[in-house]
Formats: sequence, structure tokens, C-alpha cells
Amino acid sequence: MSELNSALEHPTYNYKVVRQFAIMTVVWGIVGMLVGVLIAAQLAWPQLNPGLEWLHFGRLRPLHTNAVIFAFGGCALFATSYYIVQRTTQARLLSDKLAAFTFWGWQAVILAAAISLPMGWTSGKEYAELEWPIDILITLVWVSYAIVFFGTIVKRKVQHIYVANWFLGSFIIAVAILHLMNSAAIPVSATKSYSVYAGTVDAMVQWWYGHNAVGFFLTAGFLGMMYYFVPKQAERPVYSYRLSIVHFWALVAVYIWAGPHHLHYTALPDWAQSLGMVMSLILLAPSWGGMINGMMTLSGAWHKLRTDPILRFLVVSLSFYGMSTFEGPMMSIKTVNALSHYTDWTIGHVHSGALGWVAMISIGSLYHLIPILFGKERMYSVELINVHFWMSTIGTVLYIASMWVNGIMQGLMWRAYNQDGTLTYNFVESVAASYPGYVVRVLGGGIFFAGMLVMAYNVYMTTRKNVELQPAPAAASAA
Amino acid sequence: MDINDLRGLSTLLLMVTFIGMCFWAYSKKRKKSFDEAANLPFADEELNQRTMQEEGRNG
Repeated sequence: MSELNSALEHPTYNYKVVRQFAIMTVVWGIVGMLVGVLIAAQLAWPQLNPGLEWLHFGRLRPLHTNAVIFAFGGCALFATSYYIVQRTTQARLLSDKLAAFTFWGWQAVILAAAISLPMGWTSGKEYAELEWPIDILITLVWVSYAIVFFGTIVKRKVQHIYVANWFLGSFIIAVAILHLMNSAAIPVSATKSYSVYAGTVDAMVQWWYGHNAVGFFLTAGFLGMMYYFVPKQAERPVYSYRLSIVHFWALVAVYIWAGPHHLHYTALPDWAQSLGMVMSLILLAPSWGGMINGMMTLSGAWHKLRTDPILRFLVVSLSFYGMSTFEGPMMSIKTVNALSHYTDWTIGHVHSGALGWVAMISIGSLYHLIPILFGKERMYSVELINVHFWMSTIGTVLYIASMWVNGIMQGLMWRAYNQDGTLTYNFVESVAASYPGYVVRVLGGGIFFAGMLVMAYNVYMTTRKNVELQPAPAAASAA
Repeated sequence: MDINDLRGLSTLLLMVTFIGMCFWAYSKKRKKSFDEAANLPFADEELNQRTMQEEGRNG
């Protein structure tokens, strides 16, 4: 009884589930990016398709996207949201058991994806390929996640709900709705189902889901991360709390309409295409509002960038966020899209967001988080964080630059006409011309992937007991 | 009055909501409580310490 009283009067945090998700973020990041490097190499050197159906590009590509978005990104979001919601409400998670269920349940989903996708069991919906039994498990895990997260907010010990929790909460609710709507299907066997939607409606539901997976899973969730870890690492409160409120409502209100820009010049009605384009253009304002709010948090502390590679990760991720949220609205303009759509430019745009923004803000946050979770003063080696930072940045730049060049070249070659109206180039000529870009992409992706291995070593050494931390570099200790 | 008036009105309504929200967020009255909220990430070191102590991780 006295123990119970003490737990009520002196609550502690549940760091166990945060530690589990944080470690698995690194593990799944390595797995997902390795598959990415492999399929990038298959595009450069088709001989790497060894004739085994399980290793074919068409089956590994969804494995790569699911692994990096839902396994790496998902674990990063679970870890940081459970951490942030506890530390900003000053309350322990609602239920340790339910939180543990979300961990093991989510790992089971990932494992099921890693088996079923190479087997070729797929519903064929981009970023929602998993078949219906796995979809049901996702739903169970997600509802438990919502109960733990919002239950913790309900029992908070402070009056305010900190802005990071608003972003994380909207991400949890929106993903639940998107998943249920888009995955609605009629099963015909344990491994096959058919969508309840058909034709253009199916396409619109799919890209309403697809773009909001970007907007809420890959943006709102990671903005929640940004609003906690950037102030913490910079050791000052966010630049403008008022701007963060306007940022939140504007972002969630506008994102949900942007999906049709994936369906320009298709059977989708013209008005819907124009709506998607206009809403995508408006989206620039809240996106940049958030970026500026994060960046300006450093005002008066810019010197820290010289010595703190974690802060560098966070700030450069915001730069990539600003860049890709400028590029996105531009590409949603129908005349620009006529050039960019179906080319590698799209892949480059996605990766400037995925590597530059999502992965780098997660990595920076983890470098802040892991020493705290394991009771260490800082990461084992600050120098290795710096090495990882440069590998990530150079890798991302090589990746996106090669895809810009490839994309614009492909777009121009496909639309080139001769005077008599025939096409100047056949398709395979544009494939051959893309070869150098594909090789540079393998190089960039490979460097980014190798950076994750550096991180894994650094994390492993930090988690070990009785290992002395490497001395901080001279510049850092002088500051 | 047809459906298009309704569409126009909904645009207007959203615009008023947005402007209203901006005024709400930037009103002087709320500055103090927002400043408090902005400092929440720095207000719980004690709980973190206690958690570490109970877990026996004081590295």
C-alpha cells in the first residue's frame, strides 16, 4: 500500500517502451535503407535481379517503402511521442501493458510485412500494400496507441497541452481515419482482397490516403518531434508559441485537400485537380511558418551549430523540410507537373523529404534521446555524430541532385517532337540516358546507409554499461 | 440563393475562422499563459531524475 501511495505521489516515467522503440528505430532504419540501396543498384545494374521472384524489384520496392516509412519512421514516432507526451504532461503513460502491446504488435506488423511483401501478397495500393489480416492488426495496435497517448494527456499534471502533443495527436487521429478508409476491402482468401472502391474513386481515395500519409505520418508527427527536441537541444523555448498554434491549425486544415495533385491529367475531374493544386500551393505558408519557427528558435544561439552536431542534424533537417515544401507546391502546378510527373524528379522530391527531413530530424532526436534513456551524459562519441552528419548530408545531396537531373532530362526527352510530329526519342533511350544518375543515386544512398551503421556502433557503445565516453572534441569542450 | 452562394459563404466562414484564430493566438491576454506553455519542455527535470534513480541508471 505504501508503495502504491509513493507511486501516486511521486510518479516516474515509462522509459522502457521508449528505449525499445528507439533501439528498433536504428535497427529498422538499417534494414529499410539497405533494401533501398539494393533496389537502387538493381535499377543501375539490372543483372542484380538474380532471377528469384522474392528479390525482384517489384516486390522489394514496397518492402523498402514500408520498412523506412512504417518501421523506421513509425518506431521513431512511437519512441518520441511516448517520451514527449510523458515529459510535457509530467505524467506516466496511461498503461504500461497497453504500451508494451503497441511495441510488440508493431514489431509483429513489420515482421509480417517483411514476409508477405517478398512473397508477393499485396493489395497493390501504394504505401498501403499490406493485406487485410495485417491491416486488422495495424488497426488494433493503432487504437491502443491512441488510448495510451490521449489517456496520458487526460491524466496530465499540467494545465497546458504542449504544442508538440497537438501535432502528435493529429497524426494519430488522421492516420487512423486514413488507414480505415483506404484499406476497406473485400477479402477473397487469407492473402488476397479487393478494394471496395473502383476506378477513379479508387484512385482518389488512394491518393487522399497517400498524400496525407505524407502530411500526417511524415510531417505532422515529425513536426511534433521538432517542437520538442529543437528547443531542448538549443536550450531555449520555441521562437513563437503563438505562431506554432497558427501553424498547427493551418497545416492540418489544408493538408487534407492536397491529394488530387497526384492525379493531374488523369480521369479525375478537372475541378478536383485544380482544387488539389491550389490547396498544395497554399500549403507553402503553414509549412514555411513551421520551418521558420523551428529555425528562429536558434536565434541568439547560432554559435551552438559550430560545436553541436546534434543541433546541426536538427537544423539541416529543417532546411531540407523548407526546400522540399517549396518544391512540392511547385511540382503540384499542373504545367510543372506535366514535365515532372512519372519521372525520377518525383523520387528525388520524396527523398529530399524522406532522407533530408524525416530521417535527419529522427536521427538528431535519437542522439539527444538515447543518452538520457540510458543514463549517460552524452553519446559515446560526439565525433562520430559529426561524421554521421556529414555522411547523411552528402548522401542526401547526391541522391536528390542525381534525381533532379534524371527527372528533368526524362521529362524533356519524353515530350520532344520532330517537325513531322513523331517522337524524337523512344522510351529506352531515356532509360539509357538515366544510367549515370542511377549510379550516383546508389552512391548517395550507400553513403547515407553507411552513416546509419556509424550510428548503430555509437548507439551500441552508449547503451553498454561501464564503457567510458570518448572525450568530447576540443572545440566542443571550449564552448 | 443556390448551392454556389453556400460555397461562397463557406469560403468566407473559413476565412473569418482563420483570422479569428490569429487574433486569438496573438491577443495580449494570452501571452503569459503561452509563455508558460512554451517552457513546459524545461519544467520536469525532477521526474526524469526520479525515473533514472528508480531504474538505477545514474551514469
